[in-house]
Amino acid sequence: MATEPVTDYALEGPAAFELEAEREHVAGLGPSRLALRRLRRNKVALAFGALFLVIVAMCVLAPVWANRVAHTGPNENHLTDKVTVGGETKDVVSPDGVPIGPTWHGRYFLGADENGRDIAVRLLYGGRTSLQIGVAAALITAFLSIIVGLLAGYFRGFTDTVVSRSLDVIWAYPVILLGIALGTALSLGGLHIGPISVGSDSKLIPIIIIGFVYVPYMARPLRGQVLGLREKEFVESARAQGAGSLRIMFTEVLPNLSSTIIVFLPLMIANAILLEAALSFLGAGVQPPTSSWGTLISDGVEKIITGPHLTIAPGVMLVLAVLGLNVFGDGVRDALDPRAKIRLEH
Amino acid sequence: MARFIVRRVVAMVFVLFAISVLTFFIFNVIPAGDPAVRMAGKSATPTTIHAIRRDWGFDKPVYVQYVKTMGRVFSGNLVSYINQRNVIDEIRSRIPRTFCLAIGAAILWMFVAVILGLYTAVRAGQFSDRFLTVLALIGISMPVFWVGALMAYYLGFKWEIFPNGGYVPLTDDPVDWAYHLILPWTALSILFIGVYSRLLRSNVLDTMNDDYVRTARAKGLSERQVLVRHVLRNSLIPIVTLWGLDFGAVLGGGAILTETVFDIQGVGQYAAESVSQLDVPPVLTVTLFGAFFIVFLNAIVDIVYAYLDPRIRLT
Repeated sequence: MATEPVTDYALEGPAAFELEAEREHVAGLGPSRLALRRLRRNKVALAFGALFLVIVAMCVLAPVWANRVAHTGPNENHLTDKVTVGGETKDVVSPDGVPIGPTWHGRYFLGADENGRDIAVRLLYGGRTSLQIGVAAALITAFLSIIVGLLAGYFRGFTDTVVSRSLDVIWAYPVILLGIALGTALSLGGLHIGPISVGSDSKLIPIIIIGFVYVPYMARPLRGQVLGLREKEFVESARAQGAGSLRIMFTEVLPNLSSTIIVFLPLMIANAILLEAALSFLGAGVQPPTSSWGTLISDGVEKIITGPHLTIAPGVMLVLAVLGLNVFGDGVRDALDPRAKIRLEH
Repeated sequence: MARFIVRRVVAMVFVLFAISVLTFFIFNVIPAGDPAVRMAGKSATPTTIHAIRRDWGFDKPVYVQYVKTMGRVFSGNLVSYINQRNVIDEIRSRIPRTFCLAIGAAILWMFVAVILGLYTAVRAGQFSDRFLTVLALIGISMPVFWVGALMAYYLGFKWEIFPNGGYVPLTDDPVDWAYHLILPWTALSILFIGVYSRLLRSNVLDTMNDDYVRTARAKGLSERQVLVRHVLRNSLIPIVTLWGLDFGAVLGGGAILTETVFDIQGVGQYAAESVSQLDVPPVLTVTLFGAFFIVFLNAIVDIVYAYLDPRIRLT
């Protein structure tokens, strides 16, 4: 993305000197410092990262907008209310059920839905749900993948066979089908494993499902890396010092996986937000009355003929957030792994 | 080669078995409830429930139920819990729709992605490259059902450029068939075009630095010949791999969202509708159907890969 030389042939004249100068300056800096510097130079990635942070901030500040500007909550109906826009009084929901479109003013900034609920307010609160699910699910994926990848890659043999074959099975299961199957089953019965009990309409259910479904995509590359790392000299010397398997895994191998994990995280959050939307669209994600970007788009698609703004507004918000994460994540990958060996296949 | 095939077939049978158990487990163990009661509906008499229970083996242990149900899958007389229609027949009638969607979209996305990837690689660093790269990133950031719904609304319903949903069989009218499928093909392709073109771009840029490319240039080949015959050929290998896998997933009904939003009535949509009704037989069968294509195409891809790159041996 940055103005990197495309081929070696491009390195003639001043460019070659610049690279030489950079090499000298680079000496003595650690890899993470170098990566940070590369990332800081990638203005596009930073700008998109900032875009994502702005969206996060907007969603965090949702109550402020709701109370101070829009004067309504996310689930409050205003079926019979009227709103004054530019000196003109309009129904929030017309007698034949058509909701008001965007007013571009404090109240009903992005219009209302068929119950007279303020779309802008719902969008901000829905964003909270989507972002929470995205981040939490990505963390669960990362956590499970690290454990599974470390165990399979470090112990090899039987453990590896069991883990790898199980990952193959999840991987061969059509992703969305697995998601909606689990989502529907869990949203009916809730989840009960021993002492842990999760209610059937809890946000935790989509979080757990999305976190689980993406494990093979992250665990496989991690396992591969662990397989290589365990043969390195520093692991051998740790073993010679009498370190046990657990200690080697977590204090010797794990730190070396950190750049891969960091590269995966933003992309995982982006994918988790997209999968949440897909599951909610198919009725197996976030359950009403909680709103998320996915449920808002899904509600909007049903009423797209009476109010296309109901579909467009949450979709644009979601695309901006995911785009911000994707471009930023790309920048992080380029910075940490300039040869781009790690690649997230959706 | 024979060993490879045997190994792959064994692995495939294992994966499909595990997937069927997993599906059965999800629906029959996690939601604590009697499938017979669900099957009979809300206003059922105890006699009906009892009959269903005995018929499907729900009064027996789970493994008996599993064996009974799988037996029905393979003998082809598995029926839906909800409307008692034969699942295999239902899937068979929907296969042409899913296949038409999958094949058309796979050709479209590969074609566009190769052109886009090559073009952006050649123009790397220039404005057109950055512009198209941003477009590709937007493409992978959009939920397919959102794009699909907006396309169907604006292009299909409001401006009436394309038909709004519906499907015409290829054998009835090929032109109308394609006309009805243009929007679904496009919507489904957007994500893949984004992924593939970016991947191809970086592969081409990597390959351009290889020695043999320099040799090709040095022996006086035109830039076009170098690009197409030498660079593109090698850069395409990982893309073809990915294409095989994605194509398999879509063939097996993986395009659930596209099928649903355009109401194509394909295999994936059938599964999605059945899931929401907790109709286990269709979900189980479609899942096996989809997983079969994923695993099968995966094996094919490995064979093609070994053919394209002689350094790789099939084991």
